[in-house]
Amino acid sequence: MHHNTVDIQNLVYTYPDGREALHSVSLSVEAGEKVALVGANGAGKSTLLLHLNGLLPAQSGYVRACGLDVVKENLGRVRAAVGVVFQDPNDQLFSPTVFDDVAYGPLYQGLPEGEIRQRVAAALTAVGMIAVTDRASYHLSLGEKKRVAIATVLAMDPEILVLDEPSAGLDPRARRQLIELLQSLQPTQLIATHDLALVRSLCPRTVVMNAGHIVADGETTAILGDYALLERHGLA
Amino acid sequence: MSLSQNLDPYLPGSSLVHRLDPRVKVGWALGFILTVALTPPDAWPVGILLVAITAAVAILAEMPAGIVLRRAAMATPFALSALPLLFTVSGHELWTLPWGWTLTYEGAVRCVSVVMKSWLSVIMAGVLTATTRMPVLLGALRALGVPRLLVATVNLMWRYLFVLVAEARRLMHARSARSASSPRPGLHAGGSIAWRAKVTGGMAGSLFLRALARADRTYAAMVARGYDGDIRTLRLTPLTLHERISIILGLAGLGTVAGLGLLLWG
Repeated sequence: MHHNTVDIQNLVYTYPDGREALHSVSLSVEAGEKVALVGANGAGKSTLLLHLNGLLPAQSGYVRACGLDVVKENLGRVRAAVGVVFQDPNDQLFSPTVFDDVAYGPLYQGLPEGEIRQRVAAALTAVGMIAVTDRASYHLSLGEKKRVAIATVLAMDPEILVLDEPSAGLDPRARRQLIELLQSLQPTQLIATHDLALVRSLCPRTVVMNAGHIVADGETTAILGDYALLERHGLA
Repeated sequence: MSLSQNLDPYLPGSSLVHRLDPRVKVGWALGFILTVALTPPDAWPVGILLVAITAAVAILAEMPAGIVLRRAAMATPFALSALPLLFTVSGHELWTLPWGWTLTYEGAVRCVSVVMKSWLSVIMAGVLTATTRMPVLLGALRALGVPRLLVATVNLMWRYLFVLVAEARRLMHARSARSASSPRPGLHAGGSIAWRAKVTGGMAGSLFLRALARADRTYAAMVARGYDGDIRTLRLTPLTLHERISIILGLAGLGTVAGLGLLLWG
């Protein structure tokens, strides 16, 4: 029985060259919540998100996702439960065709073929990219690639969806479609972004990061209305 | 991020070797490697002298022994390729293996010689790259007469090696992130080896295409800034008399060692 929660306590991360990226960060997310993680570039948002599915090991403190400790033994189950969409879709798409990319997750899990096809179709339809199923992902535009990247994660039916700067580089229409898509998705969502308008339309709760610390955590309207706070932390 | 782990062999420091003029360092290093190559296999005294020189340089450069040895492991392929020498050189027989191969004394001497030579050369090159930043090193090569085009090509290769490695790492992270086991019972995660090989092949191909596309974009950027095919760099400061004498003396010393080796044992 999984709990759709994220539980991070006193997480510390230092880069190999000695720079500290995260200074004892603690964060809890309840099931179904849509939380925005905002901060200027270099605040540590991406570094924090990479801990959620074990791509970065916790150097100190702990990370729990869906009730599972994110440690080596659990990585297989953690990655089935936590889907991370990277900032650059080019990093996420590594297969010859869109179908192959979206099917990778379910295929790896060993699901039966019929179900794989059904999941791929459902995921691509959800992001509005069913028409490009057999094309090479290499030839898509940035917005299309971003949507396919989300589909690659949706096909795994995760309980927690983590997105790193999903609206970066998108034109206004693509951005609007992305917001609508995220609004329609069920899983718990943790979205790292500095697109404050997206935060306002999508996430009731906002967490503000600055230089590896969480400096504010609360209701979105309150935080985004506090101009002094935003300015202090590089967001205005 | 740990994604771009440090591949740069340069180790910051302020040892004697770090502060030496790069052109002198490169000249001596190349001279040393040539001397090592020319030394006959059974010139043990010369061999010991060369080992002593290598050790002295590594110590002067304040390089930790562990790092020196780890980088020296790059000589392993050469060492392995020398193994057949044990059995193919005829001479005093030492030991015969069950299936007929015979180990000879001369073969052993030759094999040890090749292994030691590759090892010393790699260590000296390792000390050079650990004490000299690559752009500076390339500048030194340029100063010693290596053609501009060659140096520029190595420069770009060096730069984009890191870019490509970082990209490959990110691709592998993307794959790890979607390599999960289903919570449903009875399913076997991982797929077949053939399937995983196919995915990896696809990733390699994808990386190659991206490298090509990036090369096009880099070229466009260079052309946009006036590139016309001719590599132009700032004029190098000429070598001082002190540096010239250092290089000549160093090479003369090494030449003497090589000459003695060849005369007495060649």
